[in-house]
Amino acid sequence: MADAALDAIVDRVRAARADKTPLAITGGGTKAFYGGPVTGAPLDVRPLAGISSYEPSELVVTVRAGTPLAELEAALAEKGQCLPFEPPRFAAGGTVGGMVAAGLSGPARPAVGGVRDYVLGATLLNGKAEVVSFGGQVMKNVAGYDVSRLLAGSMGLLGVLCEVSLKVLPQPVAAATLRFELDEAAALRQLNTWGGQPLPLSASAWWDGMLVLRLAGAAAAVQSAKRALGGEVIDAALAAGFWQGMRDQTDEFFVGAAKAVQGGATLWRLAVPQTAPPLGLPGEQLLEWGGAQRWVVTSAPAPALRDVAARAGGHATAFRGGAQGDAFAPVAPALMTIHRGLKHAFDPDRIFNPGRLYPEL
Amino acid sequence: MNAPTPAEALAPPALAAPAAVSAAERAARQQQIVAALRPLLPAHALLHSREDTVPYECDGLTAYRALPLAVALPETEAQVAAVLKACHAIGVPVVARGAGTGLSGGAMPHTEGLVLSLAKFNKILKLDPLARTAVVQCGVRNLAISEAAAPFGLYYAPDPSSQIACTIGGNVAENSGGVHCLKYGLTVHNVLKVRGFTAEGEAVEFGSDALDCAGLDLLAVVIGSEGMLAVTTEVTVKLTPKPQLARCIMASFGDVRDAGNAVAAVIAAGIIPAGLEMMDKPMTAAVEDFVRAGYDLDAAAILLCESDGTPEEVEEEIGRMLAVLGGCGATRLQVSESEAQRLTFWSGRKNAFPASGRISPDYMCMDSTIPRKRLADILIAIAEMEKKYELRCCNVFHAGDGNLHPLILFDANDPDQLHRCEQFGADILETSVALGGTVTGEHGVGVEKLSSMCVQFSPEERTQMVAVKTAFDPVGTLNPGKVIPTLHRCAEYGRMHVKKGLLPFPELERF
Repeated sequence: MADAALDAIVDRVRAARADKTPLAITGGGTKAFYGGPVTGAPLDVRPLAGISSYEPSELVVTVRAGTPLAELEAALAEKGQCLPFEPPRFAAGGTVGGMVAAGLSGPARPAVGGVRDYVLGATLLNGKAEVVSFGGQVMKNVAGYDVSRLLAGSMGLLGVLCEVSLKVLPQPVAAATLRFELDEAAALRQLNTWGGQPLPLSASAWWDGMLVLRLAGAAAAVQSAKRALGGEVIDAALAAGFWQGMRDQTDEFFVGAAKAVQGGATLWRLAVPQTAPPLGLPGEQLLEWGGAQRWVVTSAPAPALRDVAARAGGHATAFRGGAQGDAFAPVAPALMTIHRGLKHAFDPDRIFNPGRLYPEL
Repeated sequence: MNAPTPAEALAPPALAAPAAVSAAERAARQQQIVAALRPLLPAHALLHSREDTVPYECDGLTAYRALPLAVALPETEAQVAAVLKACHAIGVPVVARGAGTGLSGGAMPHTEGLVLSLAKFNKILKLDPLARTAVVQCGVRNLAISEAAAPFGLYYAPDPSSQIACTIGGNVAENSGGVHCLKYGLTVHNVLKVRGFTAEGEAVEFGSDALDCAGLDLLAVVIGSEGMLAVTTEVTVKLTPKPQLARCIMASFGDVRDAGNAVAAVIAAGIIPAGLEMMDKPMTAAVEDFVRAGYDLDAAAILLCESDGTPEEVEEEIGRMLAVLGGCGATRLQVSESEAQRLTFWSGRKNAFPASGRISPDYMCMDSTIPRKRLADILIAIAEMEKKYELRCCNVFHAGDGNLHPLILFDANDPDQLHRCEQFGADILETSVALGGTVTGEHGVGVEKLSSMCVQFSPEERTQMVAVKTAFDPVGTLNPGKVIPTLHRCAEYGRMHVKKGLLPFPELERF
C-alpha cells in the first residue's frame, strides 16, 4: 500500500503524535451524529480510495477505506454479489471505512450476521504511525489474534483503517415480502417460532400493529415458505422501497423520529434478545431483527432506557439525540480496564477520535 | 495422531525447561504452588505427582510435551477465580485445557506452570428452543450440543472433525470450523456470549444475549485467542434449524487442475455449497482401503459437493452443481440417493486421518489456507515437494474455504525423515503465504506454528499482537509462550531458514 495518499496520512499521524494533538478521523460524514463529540483536527481518509482486488469466485473484495460505499456496492452488484449485512447508508457519500468503524448492519443482520462477520482482514495505521495488517483474504484464518474483526464497530478508537478485505456473497436469487396484522407480543412470538424452522427468513419489521417479513434465498425455498406462512404478499417494487427505507432509515418511522429528535426527544436503539417480551416503554417503537433490535423514540431519561435494556439482557444506545458523551451504555469495570488497555496498545498517545466511543477513551 | 517426535528437537527455546532451574528449585516452586492452591480446592482436584500430571503433558499434538508443576481440576467458577487469583499473586503461568484434542500444542503445559483442566464444567445449563440458544459450560463436547438440540429440530452448526470429543471451550479458543463453515460460519459466527475470568481471576462476559454489545467487540478477539486472553467457563451458542434434506455429489476428475477449477466455478456460479471437500488420489486410495465406500480409484482428485435445504431447493441446487461440475470436466458424477449413501460418501473424508495412520508409521498434518483459485497450484507444488523431500503426502482439503490439510507421511524413528518432514511442512506453509494465504486456517498457532508466524507477520504486527495480549493479561499469566513468537525467535528462524533463496545475501555462509 505504499503510495502518496497513505504517506500523507502517515505523516499527519506522525505529526499529531509529536504534537499530542488529537485527530478526528472522517470519511463522508454520514454518521457524524453517531457517538460522542470529538475535538480534533479532521483527518479525511477519502484519498485512500479504490478497490484493490476483487475476484468474485473467491467471494472476497479488498477495498481501501476511503472508497465510497456506493462504489463498492455497484462493483459487487455488477457481478451479482453483495454485502449481505446491508450496511445502512443514511445519506450519500459514506465510505467503506466508516461502515466498518461504525459496525452498523441493516435488516438482514439476524439472518446473515453483521459487519464483523464479513471482515476477513484489515490494514490499520496505528497511533505509532505504523501500518500493520491482520487477518487476510481467505475465509479461514486463525494466525494470531483476530484484530481485524475487533476493528468493526471500534469507532476509530484504535487507528485509521486503511484497507479492509470483506467476504461477499451472491445476491439472493429470489425474495418475497409478506405482511401480517399482529400486535407486538403476537408478532414477537410468531417471529421466534418461525426462527426455529428451516425457513429462508431474511428480515422483519414491526410497527404499529403491522409485521412485515422478508424471505430471501433459492426460488424454490422462497416459494414454499410463502405458501406455508400465508399473510398478504407485498408488490416487489413497493417491498424493495420499504426495505431500503428500513436500511437507510428514511422510512416514515425514522422521518418521524428525526422530527422528534429536533424537538428534544432521543432515538434509542435497544439491542436485546429476540425473545425479550414487549418492553413497555413510552413513545413510538419499531422492532427489527426478529425482535433483537428495537427502536424507541422517547424523552424518557437515559437511565430508564438503559435499565430496561439491561434487565432484558441487552443494552441501549442513544442513536440520535441524547446527552453529549453518553451515547453508549457503560461497560462493566473489568471490561473497561480491557478497553483502556486496548486503547493504549494501539494508540498510546490517545490521538484518534478521543471521546467518540466513551469520554475517557 | 501426529508424530511423536523428540520434544527437545522441536520445542521452542522459550518453552523448554530453563536449564538454570535445578531440580531442587523446581521442587520448591511446586511446593509453593501446591501450598497456595490446596486451601482453594478439594483434595482430589489438585494433582502434582508425576504419575498424575503425565497424562496432561501434551494435547493432540503429541510431538510437543512438557510436564506441568501441577494440575488443577476446579468444579465451580468460584474455584476457577480463586485459582487464577492465587496463581496471579505468585506469578505462576496458567494453561487452560479442555479435551486436549487441539492439533497445534495450544494446551501444552508450561514447565513452570499450572494446567487448569476445565473437564468438570461439562453441563448444558439451558437450552431455549424459542430463542434458539444454548448456554453450556466450557467442557461440554461440541457434538453433545447438537444432540441435545436435535429433539427441537435445531443443531450447533460448526462441526470440526473432532466434534465427538472436542469441547466448546476449546472451539472458542481455536475458532474452530468444520466441513460446513463456508455456508454456516466458524465458531465466531455462532457464539453470542462467552463468560469467563481474566488472568487476575475477575469474572467477565464478552458479547451478550443480544446480537451485539456496548463498547468494543471483545468477543471477536477472544474467540480464536488460544487461551491467552481469558479463561472461558461458559458459552452461549446460537442454534440453527436443521435443514430438511441434504444430498451430496461425488465428482471425479482426471486432473487436479480441473478439480481446482471446478471448485472456483461452483462458487462463481453463485452457489454456496453446504460442504465442498477435495481428496487427491493417494488420499482416496488410503481411505478406500479403510472404509470401502466405493471411491473412484482412477480419479486424480475427488470432490464432495453438498447441498442442503428444502427438498425443492436441494433438487434445484443439485441440478446447478451437476451442470457446473460436468462443465469443468468431471469424469464421473454420482448423487447420493439416500441419507445412508450420503454418509458413505462422507465416511472416507471423515476418516482421512485414521486412514493415513494405517499406511504410514507417522504423519504430520498441515493446516494452511490459500485463495481457492490457487488449489491446483498448491497441489502441483506439493507434488514437487514430495520429490524434493523424498516423502509422500496425502491431501484432503476443505476446498470451499481453501483450507488445506496435507498429511505428510514419514517415520519418526528415522531422524532424517523427521527433519525432511519438518522442512516439507514449513515449505507448504511458506508457499501458502506466498500464494496469498495464511499458515493456519483452523488448528491454531499454538507452539507448532510459532516460527511460521515470523513469515506471515512483520515485527510491528507481532508487537501489536503482544500489546493486545497485554491489554487483557498485563503480567502474561495465561498460556505464555504461545501464538506470538518473540522477536528473538524470528531472528533465529530467519537465520536458520533460507526462504527460497530470497534471504538477503544468500551467498554468505551462515553456519
